[in-house]
Amino acid sequence: MNDPHEITHLSEEEQERLLGTVMREQMGLSLKVAAVFILLLVGLPLGNFYLPDLMGSKVGGLTLTWLILGILFYPLTWVLSYVFVKQSESIEHRHEGEF
Amino acid sequence: MELIPFIFVVVIVLATIGLGIWATGRSKTASDFFVAGRSVSVFWNASAISGEYLSAASFMGVAGLIMKNGYDALWYPVGYAAGYLFLLLFIAGPLRRFGAYTIPDFAEGRFDSPTFRKVAVTFVLFIGFFYTMPQMKGAGVTMASILNWPYWAGIVVVGAVITFNVAIGGMKGITIVQAFQYWVKLFAISAPVFVIMALTGHTGLDAAKTFGDPAVTPRITPGAEIKIKGKAAVPANAMSFAASEPTLITFPKGAILSKIGPARKPEPGEDPITADALVGHLPGLQYEASATAPPIPGNAEGYTCEPGSVFITKTVTVTKGGQPVMKDGKEVKTSAKIEFDQPAVVSLIKPGLKSEVTDASDPEAGALAPNTSPNGKWLNPFGAMTSKWGYPMLYTYSLIIALVCGTAGLPHILVRFYTNPDGRAAKRTTLWVMVMLGAFYFFTPIWGVLGRTLMPVLYANGATDSAVIKLPTLLENKVLGQVLSGVTSAGAFAAFMSTFSGLLVSMSGAFAHDIYGKIIRPGASADSRLKAFKIAAIGVGFLSIVLGLLVETFDIATMVGWAFAIGAASYFPLLLLGSWWRGLTRYGAGAGMLLGGLCSVGAIICSMLLDKKVLTWNVSPLIRSLMEQPAIWAVPFSLLTMVVVSKATAGSIPANVRVKMLRLHAPEGMGLSKDYVND
Repeated sequence: MNDPHEITHLSEEEQERLLGTVMREQMGLSLKVAAVFILLLVGLPLGNFYLPDLMGSKVGGLTLTWLILGILFYPLTWVLSYVFVKQSESIEHRHEGEF
Repeated sequence: MELIPFIFVVVIVLATIGLGIWATGRSKTASDFFVAGRSVSVFWNASAISGEYLSAASFMGVAGLIMKNGYDALWYPVGYAAGYLFLLLFIAGPLRRFGAYTIPDFAEGRFDSPTFRKVAVTFVLFIGFFYTMPQMKGAGVTMASILNWPYWAGIVVVGAVITFNVAIGGMKGITIVQAFQYWVKLFAISAPVFVIMALTGHTGLDAAKTFGDPAVTPRITPGAEIKIKGKAAVPANAMSFAASEPTLITFPKGAILSKIGPARKPEPGEDPITADALVGHLPGLQYEASATAPPIPGNAEGYTCEPGSVFITKTVTVTKGGQPVMKDGKEVKTSAKIEFDQPAVVSLIKPGLKSEVTDASDPEAGALAPNTSPNGKWLNPFGAMTSKWGYPMLYTYSLIIALVCGTAGLPHILVRFYTNPDGRAAKRTTLWVMVMLGAFYFFTPIWGVLGRTLMPVLYANGATDSAVIKLPTLLENKVLGQVLSGVTSAGAFAAFMSTFSGLLVSMSGAFAHDIYGKIIRPGASADSRLKAFKIAAIGVGFLSIVLGLLVETFDIATMVGWAFAIGAASYFPLLLLGSWWRGLTRYGAGAGMLLGGLCSVGAIICSMLLDKKVLTWNVSPLIRSLMEQPAIWAVPFSLLTMVVVSKATAGSIPANVRVKMLRLHAPEGMGLSKDYVND
């Protein structure tokens, strides 16, 4: 087993700076995407509760709320994940040349 | 025994064994066995993770839950799939970059604490066995219902085949099998739907149109013989009848009932309703006005019904102090709920007809399906499932949290991320997992809607779980129906096998790598750990078969719920804070995991014991709701415990925590990444 405990070629200040940029930017991105997603998860039951007529309106053979939860929800998570993966890779790419 | 489904099941079993043997030729080193040599490509790993994740609960259970509970149950597939978004955002990349073999490796390495490995490994085994039991039960029950095998046969077949595959090939051996099984399952859940749609004219996408009248309940085929289980199967031994019209109940072979009570749960202060008021006994088959029917013969201990005896349900207005109870300007009415002591055969028809129904195709001749709500409640949010304790919003949110956080905290899924070559591949894999799971789950509500439209008789004996297997048999072309039923049976079998193989690898890894290689004999050579893996696989496989045989009377959804509840309140907080907050200490993480995990599983077990009336505590509906769905308090409680205890023990933050955080987050291209374990 190797020793995973040391990174010798970087000073403590450099390590600190790296964490301050790479990790912080990634965390910011994750929180932003999560916020959109949580808004959706929290919002749908609220919509069902307070706007039952709107959510119950017919769209094709389904009600709006069935359409959202049964069908549209999946592509929506795909879009969110795609955006996240692309952004996250571009953050990594930007920083890889730094050291 | 049905020959065609049997052939399909045999083919999927043989394909699984064959693929396993083929893949084994390429599996040699310890790294191959534990993490498939960290060389699984994005596409294959995404297929394998999806294959592993789509268990019996997903393949049969989700469609059954949607058929049973309507809109509310749509949250299950959505939550199961959405959990991966949280996994992607917060866990997948850092977890892979850490480069361990098992999740307990992460627990030890992140906090420099061998003790913490022991806590973590206990949780892996706990969650693993809780998740294994329902897979085994599913295999036993499915094979019993489609092929008339005895309960143990399906369990022994799944257990033996997968134990063999895992013992000879380890993680590398099962990766390709699980990936293959994902595509089998996707085909099995989708193809029959299109055929059924084309041949019956129902699309399943027309729920609002089909169930347009909110007051109507689906009618079952007149004269169908319904087999119902006895009290061993609580709560599946009950029939709750609709209040909107009476139902004629015939027991052709007699029946022993344990209880007759109101279908609607009485609220405090309401006048009690007697059995006589709910059910009338008819001496002959001819329908008479229910008011004049003589009372049911019986006593306080239960009711013995003669073969051929006929009863009729009545509608009762709920009263409080003699005054009708009102809701939304209408009198609240209820009808009977009959609980069976012994297994029985029941036949239900609409009153006003003779027992010999000549025109079985007349849908109006059937009785209203018991055990289901009218269409309006089924179709709209906050129906029977979430309104059970009177706090539908709370129940909905708690369920969402349990599913989302639980998915991100299942160790047997998480361990698969170590098979990716690097953190970037781990993220891309998760993206594809979500696409693959979404494609699968899209079909589950369609099965649910088709089940309610075409086979409401499944409500009567709580058999909605088998909708996926039974629906194809409705087709007029019997051979085609058998073939499609064979396809879904093979899909179900693939589900038991792929999930169990993942669980077995994860638990064998815990025994061989964590318990043997790190705790009992630290520094054991890679070869001896490989040997330990094979022995552990056989031992755990055997134990799983035995456990599966013991849980015949347990409820599948309940057992899966336990696994999710523990995962959501233990591993999810650990991985979330462990990856992103450097102030987390081993004491904080350990306390949060233990308290969160134990409290939520304790709450669920107490809730189940209250259901079974083993416990007779008098708890308010609010508390009861929080006990049944604990995630909404247990996850924050676990996170908070971790933060508070970590702050109090800040002195034990590892000295090199900065390096650990870099290992978790620095992109591979920087050259800072090193796998924690790589021999």
